[in-house]
Amino acid sequence: MFDARVRRDLTAAAADTASVGLSLFPLGVSLGVLVVHTGLEWWWATVFAAVVYAGSLEFLLLGLVAAVTPLAQIAVTALLVNFRHVFYALSFPLHQVSPRARVYATFALTDEAYALTAGGRARAWSGARILGMQALLQIYWAAGATVGAVAGSLIPVTLHGLEFALTALFVVLALDAWRARRDMPVPLMAAGSFAVAVLATPGQALLTAMILFTACLLARYALERRKGEPSVPQEAAREEVAALPVPVGAER
Amino acid sequence: MPTPLYLAAAVGISAAITWGLRALPFAVLSPLRRSAALRDLSLRMPVGVMLILALYTLRGVEPTAWRAVVPVVVGLAAAVALHLRTRNAVVSVIGATALHVALATALHA
Repeated sequence: MFDARVRRDLTAAAADTASVGLSLFPLGVSLGVLVVHTGLEWWWATVFAAVVYAGSLEFLLLGLVAAVTPLAQIAVTALLVNFRHVFYALSFPLHQVSPRARVYATFALTDEAYALTAGGRARAWSGARILGMQALLQIYWAAGATVGAVAGSLIPVTLHGLEFALTALFVVLALDAWRARRDMPVPLMAAGSFAVAVLATPGQALLTAMILFTACLLARYALERRKGEPSVPQEAAREEVAALPVPVGAER
Repeated sequence: MPTPLYLAAAVGISAAITWGLRALPFAVLSPLRRSAALRDLSLRMPVGVMLILALYTLRGVEPTAWRAVVPVVVGLAAAVALHLRTRNAVVSVIGATALHVALATALHA
Protein backbone atom coordinates (compact mmCIF):
# COMPACT_ATOMS: atom_id res chain seq x y z
CA MET A 1 0.00 0.00 0.00
CA PHE A 2 2.97 2.29 0.54
CA ASP A 3 3.82 3.76 -2.80
CA ALA A 4 7.38 4.72 -3.62
CA ARG A 5 6.90 8.33 -2.58
CA VAL A 6 5.61 7.51 0.88
CA ARG A 7 8.40 4.99 1.33
CA ARG A 8 10.94 7.63 0.37
CA ASP A 9 9.40 10.06 2.86
CA LEU A 10 9.55 7.51 5.66
CA THR A 11 13.17 6.67 4.86
CA ALA A 12 13.94 10.37 5.05
CA ALA A 13 12.07 10.58 8.37
CA ALA A 14 14.12 7.71 9.77
CA ALA A 15 17.32 9.54 8.82
CA ASP A 16 15.96 12.82 10.25
CA THR A 17 15.29 11.24 13.64
CA ALA A 18 18.31 8.95 14.04
CA SER A 19 20.41 11.23 16.25
CA VAL A 20 17.51 12.40 18.42
CA GLY A 21 16.28 8.81 18.74
CA LEU A 22 19.62 7.78 20.22
CA SER A 23 18.93 10.06 23.16
CA LEU A 24 15.16 9.59 23.42
CA PHE A 25 15.41 5.82 23.81
CA PRO A 26 17.76 5.67 26.84
CA LEU A 27 15.88 8.48 28.58
CA GLY A 28 12.68 6.52 27.96
CA VAL A 29 14.34 3.49 29.55
CA SER A 30 15.12 5.49 32.69
CA LEU A 31 11.51 6.72 32.84
CA GLY A 32 10.31 3.11 32.56
CA VAL A 33 12.60 1.89 35.35
CA LEU A 34 11.38 4.73 37.55
CA VAL A 35 7.74 3.83 36.87
CA VAL A 36 8.17 0.34 38.32
CA HIS A 37 10.38 1.65 41.15
CA THR A 38 7.50 4.00 42.04
CA GLY A 39 5.34 0.92 42.49
CA LEU A 40 3.16 1.17 39.39
CA GLU A 41 2.49 -1.69 36.97
CA TRP A 42 4.98 -1.76 34.09
CA TRP A 43 2.38 -0.89 31.44
CA TRP A 44 1.79 2.51 33.02
CA ALA A 45 5.23 3.40 31.61
CA THR A 46 3.87 2.82 28.10
CA VAL A 47 0.72 4.81 28.89
CA PHE A 48 2.67 7.74 30.38
CA ALA A 49 5.13 7.82 27.51
CA ALA A 50 2.61 7.44 24.68
CA VAL A 51 -0.34 9.45 26.03
CA VAL A 52 1.14 12.32 28.03
CA TYR A 53 4.07 12.42 25.63
CA ALA A 54 5.98 15.31 27.16
CA GLY A 55 9.27 14.05 28.59
CA SER A 56 10.03 16.29 31.54
CA LEU A 57 6.36 16.44 32.60
CA GLU A 58 6.19 12.62 32.71
CA PHE A 59 9.14 12.37 35.09
CA LEU A 60 7.59 15.05 37.26
CA LEU A 61 4.12 13.51 37.04
CA LEU A 62 5.49 10.26 38.40
CA GLY A 63 6.49 11.91 41.65
CA LEU A 64 3.21 13.82 41.83
CA VAL A 65 0.97 10.75 41.37
CA ALA A 66 3.08 8.72 43.80
CA ALA A 67 2.18 11.32 46.45
CA VAL A 68 -1.46 11.35 45.23
CA THR A 69 -1.22 15.09 44.54
CA PRO A 70 -4.61 16.77 43.89
CA LEU A 71 -5.54 16.77 40.20
CA ALA A 72 -5.87 20.57 40.17
CA GLN A 73 -2.22 20.90 41.13
CA ILE A 74 -1.26 18.38 38.45
CA ALA A 75 -3.17 20.48 35.92
CA VAL A 76 -1.37 23.68 36.91
CA THR A 77 1.98 21.89 36.85
CA ALA A 78 1.28 20.57 33.34
CA LEU A 79 0.29 24.07 32.23
CA LEU A 80 3.42 25.73 33.60
CA VAL A 81 5.94 23.05 32.69
CA ASN A 82 4.70 22.83 29.11
CA PHE A 83 3.86 26.47 28.57
CA ARG A 84 6.88 26.86 26.30
CA HIS A 85 5.11 24.72 23.67
CA VAL A 86 2.77 27.64 22.92
CA PHE A 87 5.59 29.27 21.00
CA TYR A 88 6.47 26.32 18.84
CA ALA A 89 3.42 27.19 16.71
CA LEU A 90 5.29 30.24 15.46
CA SER A 91 7.59 28.18 13.25
CA PHE A 92 6.24 24.64 12.93
CA PRO A 93 5.17 23.94 9.31
CA LEU A 94 1.67 22.68 10.18
CA HIS A 95 0.21 23.91 6.89
CA GLN A 96 2.25 21.26 5.08
CA VAL A 97 0.31 18.52 6.91
CA SER A 98 -3.13 17.49 5.67
CA PRO A 99 -5.97 18.96 7.78
CA ARG A 100 -7.08 15.60 9.21
CA ALA A 101 -3.57 14.71 10.33
CA ARG A 102 -3.11 18.02 12.11
CA VAL A 103 -4.65 16.63 15.30
CA TYR A 104 -1.73 14.21 15.54
CA ALA A 105 0.87 16.70 14.30
CA THR A 106 -0.04 19.12 17.11
CA PHE A 107 -0.36 16.36 19.73
CA ALA A 108 3.15 15.15 18.88
CA LEU A 109 4.71 18.61 18.64
CA THR A 110 7.37 17.90 21.25
CA ASP A 111 10.62 19.76 21.92
CA GLU A 112 12.39 17.31 19.64
CA ALA A 113 9.85 17.56 16.80
CA TYR A 114 10.11 21.32 17.05
CA ALA A 115 13.91 21.16 17.05
CA LEU A 116 14.01 18.98 13.94
CA THR A 117 11.77 21.34 11.97
CA ALA A 118 13.04 24.67 13.38
CA GLY A 119 14.83 27.28 11.36
CA GLY A 120 13.04 26.63 8.09
CA ARG A 121 14.74 23.27 7.63
CA ALA A 122 11.41 21.53 6.99
CA ARG A 123 10.09 24.06 4.48
CA ALA A 124 10.25 21.57 1.62
CA TRP A 125 9.22 18.47 3.60
CA SER A 126 6.04 16.63 2.64
CA GLY A 127 3.30 16.06 5.19
CA ALA A 128 4.18 12.36 5.26
CA ARG A 129 7.79 13.12 6.10
CA ILE A 130 6.80 15.43 8.96
CA LEU A 131 4.25 12.95 10.35
CA GLY A 132 6.66 10.04 9.90
CA MET A 133 9.32 11.96 11.81
CA GLN A 134 6.86 12.65 14.65
CA ALA A 135 5.59 9.07 14.78
CA LEU A 136 9.13 7.67 14.92
CA LEU A 137 10.04 10.00 17.79
CA GLN A 138 6.98 8.85 19.73
CA ILE A 139 7.83 5.19 19.05
CA TYR A 140 11.44 5.60 20.28
CA TRP A 141 10.22 7.23 23.46
CA ALA A 142 7.35 4.80 24.23
CA ALA A 143 9.47 1.76 23.33
CA GLY A 144 12.28 2.97 25.59
CA ALA A 145 9.88 3.46 28.50
CA THR A 146 8.34 0.00 27.99
CA VAL A 147 11.73 -1.72 27.79
CA GLY A 148 12.87 0.09 30.93
CA ALA A 149 9.72 -0.81 32.85
CA VAL A 150 9.80 -4.50 31.87
CA ALA A 151 13.52 -4.75 32.63
CA GLY A 152 12.97 -2.93 35.92
CA SER A 153 10.23 -5.33 36.98
CA LEU A 154 12.26 -8.42 35.98
CA ILE A 155 15.52 -7.39 37.63
CA PRO A 156 14.88 -7.43 41.38
CA VAL A 157 17.82 -5.20 42.35
CA THR A 158 16.71 -1.97 44.00
CA LEU A 159 18.89 0.88 42.89
CA HIS A 160 18.81 3.84 45.23
CA GLY A 161 18.67 7.34 43.83
CA LEU A 162 17.45 6.53 40.32
CA GLU A 163 15.08 9.50 40.54
CA PHE A 164 18.19 11.69 40.32
CA ALA A 165 17.87 11.27 36.53
CA LEU A 166 15.12 13.88 36.72
CA THR A 167 17.27 16.33 38.70
CA ALA A 168 20.12 15.85 36.24
CA LEU A 169 17.74 16.34 33.32
CA PHE A 170 16.48 19.66 34.68
CA VAL A 171 20.04 20.82 35.45
CA VAL A 172 21.01 20.03 31.86
CA LEU A 173 17.93 21.80 30.47
CA ALA A 174 18.67 24.83 32.67
CA LEU A 175 22.25 24.97 31.35
CA ASP A 176 21.01 24.74 27.74
CA ALA A 177 18.46 27.48 28.39
CA TRP A 178 21.15 29.60 30.02
CA ARG A 179 23.44 29.18 27.02
CA ALA A 180 20.65 30.28 24.70
CA ARG A 181 19.97 33.39 26.76
CA ARG A 182 22.34 34.66 29.47
CA ASP A 183 20.20 36.91 31.60
CA MET A 184 21.45 36.83 35.18
CA PRO A 185 18.38 38.22 36.99
CA VAL A 186 16.22 35.36 35.68
CA PRO A 187 17.82 32.42 37.54
CA LEU A 188 18.13 34.64 40.62
CA MET A 189 14.39 35.42 40.45
CA ALA A 190 13.66 31.72 40.03
CA ALA A 191 15.81 30.68 42.99
CA GLY A 192 14.34 33.48 45.12
CA SER A 193 10.79 32.50 44.16
CA PHE A 194 11.50 28.91 45.11
CA ALA A 195 13.01 29.90 48.48
CA VAL A 196 10.01 32.08 49.34
CA ALA A 197 7.61 29.35 48.20
CA VAL A 198 9.25 26.67 50.37
CA LEU A 199 9.08 28.92 53.44
CA ALA A 200 5.58 30.28 52.83
CA THR A 201 3.75 27.24 51.43
CA PRO A 202 5.81 24.08 52.07
CA GLY A 203 3.06 21.79 50.76
CA GLN A 204 2.57 23.67 47.48
CA ALA A 205 6.12 24.81 46.83
CA LEU A 206 6.16 24.10 43.08
CA LEU A 207 2.92 25.90 42.29
CA THR A 208 3.74 28.94 44.44
CA ALA A 209 7.27 29.19 43.06
CA MET A 210 6.04 29.10 39.45
CA ILE A 211 3.40 31.77 40.09
CA LEU A 212 5.88 34.02 41.93
CA PHE A 213 8.45 33.57 39.18
CA THR A 214 5.96 34.39 36.41
CA ALA A 215 4.83 37.46 38.37
CA CYS A 216 8.47 38.59 38.73
CA LEU A 217 9.05 38.27 34.98
CA LEU A 218 5.86 40.19 34.14
CA ALA A 219 6.70 42.91 36.66
CA ARG A 220 10.18 43.26 35.18
CA TYR A 221 8.70 43.40 31.68
CA ALA A 222 6.27 46.12 32.75
CA LEU A 223 9.09 48.11 34.39
CA GLU A 224 11.31 47.89 31.32
CA ARG A 225 8.47 49.00 29.09
CA ARG A 226 7.74 51.98 31.27
CA LYS A 227 11.39 52.97 31.04
CA GLY A 228 10.94 52.67 27.29
CA GLU A 229 13.55 50.02 26.67
CA PRO A 230 11.91 47.08 24.93
CA SER A 231 13.44 44.03 26.54
CA VAL A 232 13.43 41.98 23.37
CA PRO A 233 13.51 43.94 20.11
CA GLN A 234 10.78 42.81 17.72
CA GLU A 235 12.92 41.49 14.90
CA ALA A 236 15.53 39.90 17.11
CA ALA A 237 12.76 38.20 19.03
CA ARG A 238 11.32 36.59 15.95
CA GLU A 239 14.66 34.98 15.19
CA GLU A 240 15.28 34.05 18.78
CA VAL A 241 12.08 32.07 19.04
CA ALA A 242 13.62 29.71 16.52
CA ALA A 243 16.70 29.53 18.70
CA LEU A 244 14.87 28.69 21.94
CA PRO A 245 16.77 26.21 24.04
CA VAL A 246 15.98 22.82 22.70
CA PRO A 247 16.05 20.22 25.44
CA VAL A 248 16.99 16.60 25.53
CA GLY A 249 19.03 15.16 22.82
CA ALA A 250 18.62 17.95 20.36
CA GLU A 251 22.37 18.38 20.24
CA ARG A 252 23.70 17.47 16.89
CA MET B 1 -0.97 4.14 46.63
CA PRO B 2 -2.73 5.88 43.72
CA THR B 3 -5.79 4.12 42.31
CA PRO B 4 -6.02 3.26 38.58
CA LEU B 5 -8.86 5.77 38.20
CA TYR B 6 -6.78 8.55 39.74
CA LEU B 7 -3.80 7.62 37.56
CA ALA B 8 -5.95 7.61 34.43
CA ALA B 9 -7.35 11.03 35.37
CA ALA B 10 -3.84 12.41 36.00
CA VAL B 11 -2.63 11.08 32.63
CA GLY B 12 -5.76 12.37 30.84
CA ILE B 13 -5.52 15.86 32.34
CA SER B 14 -1.80 16.13 31.63
CA ALA B 15 -2.26 14.95 28.05
CA ALA B 16 -5.21 17.28 27.42
CA ILE B 17 -3.42 20.35 28.76
CA THR B 18 -0.23 19.53 26.88
CA TRP B 19 -2.12 18.99 23.63
CA GLY B 20 -4.06 22.21 24.20
CA LEU B 21 -0.83 24.16 24.63
CA ARG B 22 0.54 22.65 21.44
CA ALA B 23 -2.60 23.00 19.29
CA LEU B 24 -4.43 26.16 20.42
CA PRO B 25 -1.71 28.61 19.32
CA PHE B 26 -2.32 27.59 15.72
CA ALA B 27 -5.92 28.77 16.09
CA VAL B 28 -4.96 32.09 17.68
CA LEU B 29 -1.61 32.55 16.04
CA SER B 30 -1.78 36.17 14.96
CA PRO B 31 -2.71 37.76 18.30
CA LEU B 32 -0.03 35.61 19.90
CA ARG B 33 2.64 36.78 17.49
CA ARG B 34 1.83 40.34 18.43
CA SER B 35 1.89 39.85 22.21
CA ALA B 36 5.24 41.26 23.21
CA ALA B 37 4.65 40.32 26.85
CA LEU B 38 4.11 36.65 26.01
CA ARG B 39 7.16 36.61 23.78
CA ASP B 40 9.23 38.11 26.55
CA LEU B 41 7.95 35.40 28.88
CA SER B 42 8.73 32.63 26.40
CA LEU B 43 12.32 33.76 26.02
CA ARG B 44 13.05 34.34 29.68
CA MET B 45 11.03 31.59 31.30
CA PRO B 46 12.90 28.39 30.34
CA VAL B 47 16.05 28.80 32.45
CA GLY B 48 14.02 29.80 35.51
CA VAL B 49 11.40 27.07 35.12
CA MET B 50 14.11 24.42 34.73
CA LEU B 51 15.98 25.74 37.77
CA ILE B 52 12.79 25.70 39.89
CA LEU B 53 12.03 22.15 38.76
CA ALA B 54 15.59 21.02 39.56
CA LEU B 55 15.33 22.55 43.05
CA TYR B 56 11.88 21.02 43.51
CA THR B 57 13.18 17.51 42.81
CA LEU B 58 15.69 17.96 45.66
CA ARG B 59 13.13 19.04 48.29
CA GLY B 60 13.24 15.66 50.08
CA VAL B 61 16.99 15.80 50.77
CA GLU B 62 17.78 16.37 54.45
CA PRO B 63 20.64 18.90 54.54
CA THR B 64 22.11 17.29 57.68
CA ALA B 65 22.07 13.66 56.48
CA TRP B 66 25.49 13.33 54.87
CA ARG B 67 24.68 9.91 53.37
CA ALA B 68 21.97 11.61 51.32
CA VAL B 69 23.75 14.90 50.69
CA VAL B 70 27.07 13.55 49.36
CA PRO B 71 25.54 11.64 46.38
CA VAL B 72 23.40 14.69 45.51
CA VAL B 73 26.31 17.13 45.57
CA VAL B 74 28.53 14.76 43.57
CA GLY B 75 25.71 14.09 41.10
CA LEU B 76 25.01 17.80 40.59
CA ALA B 77 28.70 18.56 40.08
CA ALA B 78 28.94 15.68 37.59
CA ALA B 79 25.87 16.84 35.66
CA VAL B 80 27.19 20.40 35.33
CA ALA B 81 30.77 19.35 34.51
CA LEU B 82 29.71 16.71 31.98
CA HIS B 83 27.28 19.04 30.28
CA LEU B 84 29.69 21.96 30.04
CA ARG B 85 32.25 19.59 28.56
CA THR B 86 30.19 17.39 26.23
CA ARG B 87 27.02 19.45 25.57
CA ASN B 88 25.34 16.10 25.11
CA ALA B 89 22.21 15.77 27.27
CA VAL B 90 22.26 11.97 27.26
CA VAL B 91 25.89 11.68 28.35
CA SER B 92 25.35 14.28 31.08
CA VAL B 93 22.11 12.85 32.47
CA ILE B 94 23.11 9.19 32.35
CA GLY B 95 26.66 9.84 33.59
CA ALA B 96 25.53 11.96 36.54
CA THR B 97 22.71 9.54 37.42
CA ALA B 98 25.00 6.50 37.28
CA LEU B 99 27.46 8.20 39.63
CA HIS B 100 24.66 9.28 41.97
CA VAL B 101 23.04 5.81 42.03
CA ALA B 102 26.39 4.10 42.69
CA LEU B 103 27.14 6.42 45.62
CA ALA B 104 23.60 6.38 47.03
CA THR B 105 23.43 2.58 46.86
CA ALA B 106 26.89 2.21 48.45
CA LEU B 107 26.11 4.68 51.25
CA HIS B 108 22.60 3.34 51.89
CA ALA B 109 22.49 2.32 55.53
